Amino acid sequence: MNQFANLLRRDLLIAVRRPTDAANPLVFFVLAVLLLGIGAGADAGGLGAAAPGAVWVLALFANLLSVEGVFRRDVEDGTLEQLLIHARPLFPVVVGKLAANWMLSGLPVLVLSPLAVYMLGHSTAGAGMVMLTLLLGTPTLTLLGAIGAALTAGTGRGGLLLAALVMPFYLPVLIFGASASVAAASGRSVMFELLILGALLSASLTAAPFAVGKALAISQEY
Amino acid sequence: MSEPLLAAHALSCVVGGQRLFSALDLTVRERDLVEIRGPNGCGKSTLLRCVAGLYHPQTGRIATAGPVAYLGHKTGLCADMSPLENLRWFAAVSNLRVASAGLSGALDRVGLAGARHDRCGMLSAGQQRRAALARLVLGGALVWLLDEPLTALDDAGTALVRAFIDDHRAQGGAAVCATHRSLALPPTTSPTRSSPAARLPRTRVLALGG
Repeated sequence: MNQFANLLRRDLLIAVRRPTDAANPLVFFVLAVLLLGIGAGADAGGLGAAAPGAVWVLALFANLLSVEGVFRRDVEDGTLEQLLIHARPLFPVVVGKLAANWMLSGLPVLVLSPLAVYMLGHSTAGAGMVMLTLLLGTPTLTLLGAIGAALTAGTGRGGLLLAALVMPFYLPVLIFGASASVAAASGRSVMFELLILGALLSASLTAAPFAVGKALAISQEY
Repeated sequence: MSEPLLAAHALSCVVGGQRLFSALDLTVRERDLVEIRGPNGCGKSTLLRCVAGLYHPQTGRIATAGPVAYLGHKTGLCADMSPLENLRWFAAVSNLRVASAGLSGALDRVGLAGARHDRCGMLSAGQQRRAALARLVLGGALVWLLDEPLTALDDAGTALVRAFIDDHRAQGGAAVCATHRSLALPPTTSPTRSSPAARLPRTRVLALGG
């Protein structure tokens, strides 16, 4: 628990001191929503029923953008080496880092998502469900994406390689998250989707940090 | 003879199809200083990374009597935090119990007392190396693994590293260093006090790539 707090506090402090890095995913999300809103046209009713799904897709990309760099600076400045040598076990270290990463990307996107749904769909139908599914889904995306980020950490380039690696694992989260949001807008029960999202979250929370730790150790084998 | 602090047996390492070393034995006891010498690319850094546990050799085993400290080419300092914050954080994640005075004391010893609240990213390369050295003094590791510890240091910094290593050895520690310049303190440097260096065992040289 201590290690979790050590890493969480440190990464939040760094984000405060270097706000431009931390704000990148959020700026991307806001810009993408604005442009998509303009592109979809104001008279035609925007994206209509597809708005919650569109917000989900943008949230996913914002997440990918954020998680890509979660270990980069620690690899570059040697912090990761020191953590691998001195901070055992790695599980709380990884969870602390990812919690900070989610609080800086997933959480603000979650807060802005009802506004985004309204801007794109000109109605708040499904906005609450988008928030709920993002709350369950984006931590899963962060955990899964971190495995890819850790695997590509040693190569010094994430980008498209990371996207290609983790997209198959992102898909189920996107499918259940977006379909629950769209279904809720039309009044259908979405308990099944929510349960699946919860199951995906608890499974990735227990397994992914181990995989991330192992991948980070491998990335330093040179 | 006391138990070795570090015993590596029959290490072999192949990186990228190139054999760096094979059947290498290394035993480090209290108060030892081992200098790993050899041309660039001969595996000095890889050997240190093996001992630190960062790299797994293809064969061989490594036993250490306690925690080791590793200072590689990267300083392990966050550029957005001050030396003091970096040290405090390092102590916390390593489960070291160090009082604030101990942290400041370590920075005083490396000559960074005036820069302890500056961000590490604003410090010069030599000052950053000094901040990283403070981490060694802080930690309770018996074996120091230093990869080119004199990089970017001025004459005073070089003398500082040598004095640190000698102090550490005098207190029962040991150091293994990859280096191109000798790290042993010349015995004549402190004639005024009876230097513990005079009683330290001779520096051993481990030549690689020969």
